[in-house]
Amino acid sequence: MPPEQKRNLSPLVWPLAGLCALVLINVAFDPAFLSLSSIDGKLYGTPIDILTQGSRTMLVALGMTLVIATGGVDLSVGSVVAIAGAVCAMLLQTGHSLALTLAAAVGAGLLAGSINGALVAWIGVQPIVATLILMVAGRGVAQLIVEGQVVVISNPAFDFVANGFVVGLPFAPLLVFALYGLAHCGLRHTSLGLFVEAVGDNETASRFAGLAATKVKGFAYLFCGACAGLAGVMVAANIKAADSYRAGENMELDAIFAVVVGGTALTGGRFLLFGTAIGALLIQTLTSTMYNLGVPPAVAPVPKALLIVMVAWLQSERTSRWLRGLVKRKAAA
Amino acid sequence: MSTPALLSIRNLGKRFPGVVALDGVDFTVRPGEIHALLGENGAGKSTLIKVLTGVYSADSGEIRLGEKRIALKAPKEAEREGISTVYQEVNLVPSLSVAENITLGRQPGRFGLLDWRGIRARARAALARLEIECDVEAELGSLSIAHQQMVALARALDTSARLLILDEPTASLDEREVEELFAVMRRLRATGMGIVFVTHFLDQVYAICDRITVLRNGRLVGEYLSSQLPRLELVGKMLGRDVTAADSAKAGPAVVNPGRPPVLAARQLGRRGGVSPLDLTLHAGEVVGLGGLLGSGRTETARLLFGVDQADEGKIRVGENEVVFSTPRDAVRRHLAFCSEDRKTEGILPNLSVRENLIVALQGKRGLLRPLRRAEQEKLCDHYIRALRIKTSTPETPIKHLSGGNQQKVLLARWLATQPVLIILDEPTRGIDIGAKQEIEHLIARLRAEGLAVLFISSEVDEMIRNCSRILVLRERRPAGVLADDSLTPGRLIALMAGTLDAS
Repeated sequence: MPPEQKRNLSPLVWPLAGLCALVLINVAFDPAFLSLSSIDGKLYGTPIDILTQGSRTMLVALGMTLVIATGGVDLSVGSVVAIAGAVCAMLLQTGHSLALTLAAAVGAGLLAGSINGALVAWIGVQPIVATLILMVAGRGVAQLIVEGQVVVISNPAFDFVANGFVVGLPFAPLLVFALYGLAHCGLRHTSLGLFVEAVGDNETASRFAGLAATKVKGFAYLFCGACAGLAGVMVAANIKAADSYRAGENMELDAIFAVVVGGTALTGGRFLLFGTAIGALLIQTLTSTMYNLGVPPAVAPVPKALLIVMVAWLQSERTSRWLRGLVKRKAAA
Repeated sequence: MSTPALLSIRNLGKRFPGVVALDGVDFTVRPGEIHALLGENGAGKSTLIKVLTGVYSADSGEIRLGEKRIALKAPKEAEREGISTVYQEVNLVPSLSVAENITLGRQPGRFGLLDWRGIRARARAALARLEIECDVEAELGSLSIAHQQMVALARALDTSARLLILDEPTASLDEREVEELFAVMRRLRATGMGIVFVTHFLDQVYAICDRITVLRNGRLVGEYLSSQLPRLELVGKMLGRDVTAADSAKAGPAVVNPGRPPVLAARQLGRRGGVSPLDLTLHAGEVVGLGGLLGSGRTETARLLFGVDQADEGKIRVGENEVVFSTPRDAVRRHLAFCSEDRKTEGILPNLSVRENLIVALQGKRGLLRPLRRAEQEKLCDHYIRALRIKTSTPETPIKHLSGGNQQKVLLARWLATQPVLIILDEPTRGIDIGAKQEIEHLIARLRAEGLAVLFISSEVDEMIRNCSRILVLRERRPAGVLADDSLTPGRLIALMAGTLDAS
């Protein structure tokens, strides 16, 4: 018998509320927080910085959403970011075209994703273990490619990927938003989204219903790899260098945070693409906030952790029941 | 009332958004009695039990245990008050040992350390009380479902229980195991324990219960002494309508067009460790039964036919073509359908909506790039919700919130939507109430008339006789014989299943 049949609130409400609260706190400390200025027809300001900086996490988290929706996780995305950056540096250094470079970087991501997908979907290795392999080995691969050096990239066209403007708006977030839109259409206007959710919700039952569960899972890792590869390009373009040691460090954790904060359960099943986008922006806003407030970087993870605990608490079934009880009692009084 | 009641519930009410689950229900259990709690799906049995075990809290009414009024807020509190429960599906941890499962959450120990010897001793004692032979150090998952059930029972009785609730404990037990369980129940009754017994098997109700309480649509229909309530009357009360005698009639021979090739023909199909080679032929418009006791290889055969497991010998033809199924997907593409007996793990997508559960197989068959439009999905949903009388508040309700029978109907609809030529129904009526059972049987008859081939698997002899025109009986994982036409009688079927008849 159904304890709750109605969904009172959209699951996007909590991450959105968190984002708004954080913005309000910032405005309280610094009234100029939301102000934008136009220089040479290009928009500048803290919100633009947050969007630009946050776009990379958003992109990695986009792929992560699908992997988590199938009931898995991809820990290797940070290392894939480093590999993609290294590939870019190597190809641009040796005078290859930008198009080839970008294709190769995304290709490297796809390759990494196919390894993860093969291990998880076809061989049946547990996702954490399978992707841990590439998480550890991937950084080694990246260092091999650039021979342990931090390679500086000086290519204006390449730089555009991270720092360019299109009709006055920053290119990187525009690109990522467009990819979110494309992913949304690709998932919800075909039956792929349903298949992903079905496989994540009950893999055995999905197989019995005639779904190609193995392929669906494989696809999720492939897609996640491609996203990480492209994010690697953006990271390298942003710092104008391929840093195989630091690029994409802890990015897998930020991406998982973004997905979970956005309302997709780690147990798989239902996923919320736009929740993930909001989650990623929430995390980036928090990072910027702490930077603005002068919190030393070494301490910064602590408030982040607190935020995640809070959002997770707000999302839990028990809390929502308790909150609903409060509302009811108030209504009765 | 001569004996004071052990449990008395008065005027219990519980509502969920959009549904009144319990409406002023009274329920009394006296010490030393076995009391059947009966009703259709959605009658309120599960809700009543969940209130009794502290899973839900009641909106109104009172519960007294002995003289004491109780308000349970958690399953743990119910246990402390002496109310123990064994659920239909075994709720234990398969990867832990039997002993750990029995004592889980109340392990004896000191200073935070576990007293393993104590744990094992306690588990052995709990099992001995029920006279069950079982290695307490064995991993639970390695035991048969029946034994797991016994372990669950031992766990329930490890606490000092005064009231024992058995929620369909016999659903997956064979006859001998049911007898064992009944022996245990009788012993417990003699000690003055009150037992609430929920089941769908009316034979079992009359075999063991002293009293019967019937619920319908969340209301109390009445409480009866089982010796004074004839079976037909009981069924009438449960259904709220008269049961016509025609319902127990025989299916009669199938009208098969001999000119057309069979829908499915398996020749010497077998798998080592699964089933020995067997032949099976199904024509359009025919319901063929796959009979046998639990563990006789019925489900294994179905899994071979549907490509869940791969046969290592024999051939399958579907229509004109010889086929090899390496996954269920291959079988679905050949227009086969398989309603698994294990709804929870092999059937439902619990968190997805009724609509999504219903269309998922059809969508899988159509593939990625030919999505059903939302309007088409909703039309399909509305059609099947009406045709199969699925009780759900909306098509967007997560399927896990539906009762077992309604979940089963959604799964049936899932397969019917794919317009199969052959549907395999493995225990389609298991764990669901009589009304839904009848509806599913009517549906089978209708599908047969529409020219579908149905492979029907059931443990209930009457059900098999009613629905099938031919039955292949399996025994100990090999074919034991085929019954059809005049030879198809309950007596012969049972004898063949038990191995006392040679039908050649």
